[in-house]
Amino acid sequence: MTQLANTSTTSRAARTDTPDGDAAAEPGTTRVVLTTEEDLLTVRHAVRAATLAVGFGIVDQTRVVTAASELARNAYIHGGGGVLTIEYPRRHGVRGLRLTIRDEGPGITDVDAALVDGFTTGAGLGHGLGGARRLMDEFEVRTVPGGGTTVVATRWVPR
Amino acid sequence: MSGPTSTGVPILRLGDVLITGLLNELDDKAALAFTHELTERISADRVRGVLIDISRLEIIDSFVARTLMELTMMAKLLGARVIVAGMRPPVAITLVELGIELVGVETALNAEQGMAALGWHQSQQPPEGAHRDSTR
Repeated sequence: MTQLANTSTTSRAARTDTPDGDAAAEPGTTRVVLTTEEDLLTVRHAVRAATLAVGFGIVDQTRVVTAASELARNAYIHGGGGVLTIEYPRRHGVRGLRLTIRDEGPGITDVDAALVDGFTTGAGLGHGLGGARRLMDEFEVRTVPGGGTTVVATRWVPR
Repeated sequence: MSGPTSTGVPILRLGDVLITGLLNELDDKAALAFTHELTERISADRVRGVLIDISRLEIIDSFVARTLMELTMMAKLLGARVIVAGMRPPVAITLVELGIELVGVETALNAEQGMAALGWHQSQQPPEGAHRDSTR
C-alpha cells in the first residue's frame, strides 16, 4: 500500500516573542490529514507528542489525547474524514494546546442536541462531542448544515 | 495478517479461564476482530472466565469502551464472566469526565486480583515437584 506521509510540520519563523522568558520552544503547527481508520492512530500519536512538547502532566495528556480521539472519530465517521491542526497558543504566558478538526461532512443540524450525552447517529456511545468538551478548557463548534463542521478545542497548562 | 479472525493478540487458556490483553495500538477493525476471536475461544474452550488486561491502554475512548461493554455482554450470554484488569489511573479519571460508565463491566486493580476474583489464588508453596532454585 502506498501512502503519502500525512503529517506535515511547518517550523515557526524566528521566535521573537518569549514573554515569560521560557526557553523551551514548542514545535510549529502540525497538520494531520484524516482519511483512513489508520489515521486515527496517527492523530493520537501526533497529539500525544504535542502534549509532551507543551509539558502537560500524565492526566492532562490522557484527557487531550482522548478528546482528540473522539473528535477525530467524529470527523472520520460523520464527516468522511478531515484535517486536524495542532497549534501551541499562549495566553498571558500560559502555554496551551489547540486542536482544530475540520471536516467537509453534512454538518450538524442541532449542535446543542449533539453535545448532550447519549446523542448519537453513529457507532459510538454518544459521548463523543459532549465528552470531548468536558475534557478541554475551551470548546467551540462551528457548523453549517451541508457545509462541514469545525471543532476548536483548547487546553491550557495549569500554572 | 493470517486471517480475518486473527488479531495477533495472544489468548491463553489457564484451566477454565482465558487470559488476554488489549494493546494500545488496537484500531477499530482489530477491536472487532478481537471480539469475534475471543467469543469463539470462549465457546470452543468452554471457559467460565475471561481476564482482559488493559494496563497497556494509554487511553480509552468511547469506541474502546463500547468494545469492552459488548465483549462483556457477549461473554455473559455465553456463560463466561469477564474481568477487565489494570486500568491506568489517568484513564479512569478521563473515563469518568468523559461520562462513560462501562455499564456491566467488572474490573480489578491488576491481573493478579482479577485472577483471584475468577477463583485463582496464588499458592504459598510451589507445587509438588516444582523446580527450586535453593542451593544446598
